[in-house]
Amino acid sequence: MTTVAKNGGTTPKLIIEGLSKQYGAVTALEPTHLTVPTGEFLTLLGPSGSGKTTLLQMICGLVEPSSGRILIDGRDQTQTPVHQRDIGLVFQHYALFPHLTVAENIEFPLRMRALSASEIKQRVKDVLKMVQLDHLAARFPRELSGGQQQRVALARSFVYQPSIILMDEPLGALDKKLREHMQIEIKQLHRETGATIIYVTHDQEEALALSDRICLMNHARIEQLGSPHEIYAHPATAFAADFIGISNIFRGRVDNSNGETRLATRHGHFRLPTGASFSGAEAAIVIRPEQISLGGGNGNTVVGRVTDAVYAGSETRLIVDLDEGETVIVRLPPGQPTPGYGERATLGWNPDAAVLVP
Amino acid sequence: MNGKGTASMTAITAPAVPLRQRLFRPNALWLAAPGIAFLAIFFLYPVLRLLALSVQDPATGALSVATYARIANTDVYLQVLGITFKIAANTALFSILLGYPLAYWLAGLKEGLRERMVLLVMVPFWTSYLVKTFAWMVVLGRTGVINSMLTGSGLASQPLPLAYNEFGVMVGMVHAMVPLAVLTMLPVMIGIDRRLIQAAQALGAAPAQSFWLIYFKLSLPGVTAGGLLVFISSLGFFIVPALLGGRRETMLAQLIITQVQELLNWAFAGALAAMMLVAALVTVWIYDRLFGLSSLSGDTSAQDGGPGRLRLLGLAILRVVAKASAVLADAVRRVIGTRGTRRLLPIYCTLALMFLVLPTLLVIPIGFTSSQFLEFPPPGYSLQWFETYFSSPVWLSATLRSFGVAAATAICATLIGGLAALALARSNTRWGGLVFATFLAPLIVPRIIIAVGLFYLFAQIGLVATDMGLVIGHTVLALPFAFVTITAILKNYDWRLDQAAAVLGANRFKTLMLVTVPLVKGGLVAAFLFAFITSFDELTIAIFVSGGIKTTLPKQMWDDMILQLNPTLASVSVVVFVIVTVLLLLAERFRRTT
Repeated sequence: MTTVAKNGGTTPKLIIEGLSKQYGAVTALEPTHLTVPTGEFLTLLGPSGSGKTTLLQMICGLVEPSSGRILIDGRDQTQTPVHQRDIGLVFQHYALFPHLTVAENIEFPLRMRALSASEIKQRVKDVLKMVQLDHLAARFPRELSGGQQQRVALARSFVYQPSIILMDEPLGALDKKLREHMQIEIKQLHRETGATIIYVTHDQEEALALSDRICLMNHARIEQLGSPHEIYAHPATAFAADFIGISNIFRGRVDNSNGETRLATRHGHFRLPTGASFSGAEAAIVIRPEQISLGGGNGNTVVGRVTDAVYAGSETRLIVDLDEGETVIVRLPPGQPTPGYGERATLGWNPDAAVLVP
Repeated sequence: MNGKGTASMTAITAPAVPLRQRLFRPNALWLAAPGIAFLAIFFLYPVLRLLALSVQDPATGALSVATYARIANTDVYLQVLGITFKIAANTALFSILLGYPLAYWLAGLKEGLRERMVLLVMVPFWTSYLVKTFAWMVVLGRTGVINSMLTGSGLASQPLPLAYNEFGVMVGMVHAMVPLAVLTMLPVMIGIDRRLIQAAQALGAAPAQSFWLIYFKLSLPGVTAGGLLVFISSLGFFIVPALLGGRRETMLAQLIITQVQELLNWAFAGALAAMMLVAALVTVWIYDRLFGLSSLSGDTSAQDGGPGRLRLLGLAILRVVAKASAVLADAVRRVIGTRGTRRLLPIYCTLALMFLVLPTLLVIPIGFTSSQFLEFPPPGYSLQWFETYFSSPVWLSATLRSFGVAAATAICATLIGGLAALALARSNTRWGGLVFATFLAPLIVPRIIIAVGLFYLFAQIGLVATDMGLVIGHTVLALPFAFVTITAILKNYDWRLDQAAAVLGANRFKTLMLVTVPLVKGGLVAAFLFAFITSFDELTIAIFVSGGIKTTLPKQMWDDMILQLNPTLASVSVVVFVIVTVLLLLAERFRRTT
């Protein structure tokens, strides 16, 4: 057991040091480092196969790491068996015990910890109230709706106040409307309990809505780590830009001729955001759809033909096929006159509104 | 921005933390160890020992082929061998022919209805061979049901020779084996996508053609698997030929029993057993070469129809058959109309199900007869034969022993089989296939061989004529049923619930007792009941191992049936039939509710 020197009086809730997982020749997770402070809501976001579920399962002990250490509250828990690790896990399909009632499901972890009967009763009562299911305590899971089952699963992992609560795509099985509602409830639970939560999802909107920080994963490694705003406004890679939100990406060569550094693409030379740093000769600029406006004069322009105009109430989405053969998506605020199908359009953006990525 | 990302951090090599040694980790596969040890001692060893006896000189123990030379030089033995093969092959052929339309019909029913109709096949499948054979003796005998109806109505001037000849044996064998054939073919047929038939017809195939070229072709793995299982089971049969056959229908198993029980000629019994086992194994081997053993479990995905040229020949034959039967079907339709042809299958299946169920049901009224003879219909009704049964100390003690042995067997088989099933479900090992085959092996090796082998072993360690010996022997036979039942249940079990329990703080034992076992309870009860039934009407091992006064119910029935048929046997049959059927229906219910 290792104690980590306390820095500034607070030990991080979770420290992951060089954790990796190999399945034969397949790398499920490359050596990864991650520190999660107490009370944070961290999202592991990424496409399937990016290693996020493997990382989660290693944290809770369901999968044994190939190398590295896991420290919870400063104590090395790498070899601690699952049932002694004191971690909460909300499964994608809830994993409620079908032969136990709602109350019995929630009691289960408390009984495993041999709490007194009165304590168990009180805690179950409190947590049921918290998830607004007091009236359904005697029901069996199969008698509940999907959203209610989800709340039972949440209550079951909050009731024993584990040091960390892991959630593995917990809303994946719900329809869109219910999902958004449950997001608010999870956020609320997080605020009320102050629990440290690590949340796995492949839904970027969900990640943006819930997280204090997002850990974006791709190809078995961490692609970018930061707050939702940081990742959205300053994607570190083209993948990050593409995965979070909608992005228009232009790839090209860095060109230093004519006394100014520009990006030479097949749509022309684009001016770069001020102070942009880059390494190597190849780069790409990322522009969000809402940063592009009709007409030129804003610095960088491209020209193309409108192939679709989608009216979405709060905005109009324009799809423009560029003459050189790429597609640009533009979001226009309501009330602005929009070109119709087949018309030509000139699109422009302020160089500082774009982000340069390697 | 690059500084924000941890891409650069991940490149740092992790501190090398030595992980726990993997060598002696508790692997789930160890749970199969008790079962493997049990089968090694009480199944593999006795069978191999028996085979070894056949090549040993009884006096000196030296290697000798004298026994086999004697068999090769004696016409009688060669004849018995030929008869055994002929009867087994014919039984397989007729069981498939009669069973195929029934399985086809069942596979096409809606699921709920099918489950109820399949019970009409399950009940005769699990009904004791003794009860079934007794029923046919009553039906086919010289003064039996059919003959008394024929002579009574004047259709025949004297009784027809229906029993104690080849006809009687074939009726009894086919009746006993059609359920096995149907139950083996059914899962394969259920797995066939019926939309393929619609597709074939949309592409221009006549209904008969689409059946032969698509459905029949796809159902072939089931057909061959059914044929194989029936053939192997039939090889070791002795109840039906002994009771419904004449001298010319003597089969190998009867010969083995005589050699052991009357002549104590172990070497000779061993040689006969070896020949039976080799026949069974060669059949399995040929089957594996042609179709692959995986299709035994209803896995149709891997089948490719065997070697290339054989496959093309097969397809060519199918095309001819398809064309011919399309013409035939057209002709039939013209004679009896479309509506008439549609009724043919249900009518046939009703008759087939009656053939399977009715003979046994016939025994019930006879058990309540007031007559001193086995007449049908009974001249009057009384409980006198049940009184005889329940007041006979011999019958009662046999019944009680059967119950006790069956209960002990069921507990052992469920425990050992359950642990093994758990081991296979929880470990990803390349030994899995071998373990699976080991636990199914007692189902493939003819019972008579296991029984004689165990008798030899028990004679050496003093377990003959003991309840313990019976329980051990029956557990060997019941293990495959318990194992398969629990394996099937665990296949559908959601192991994430175990993970959830572990995360919530339950250790392995608590997880097993509080989560896994309660959730698969139905499957465990079903396995227990199947094992119970297997033991309860087991005769082969009982013939050798239950000696003298320590007899079981089936052994007592067998002795009586050989000696003299009497109405007490009918009332005993009724009791056995009712007990087994109730247990079976219970087991099916439990199996399904899990």
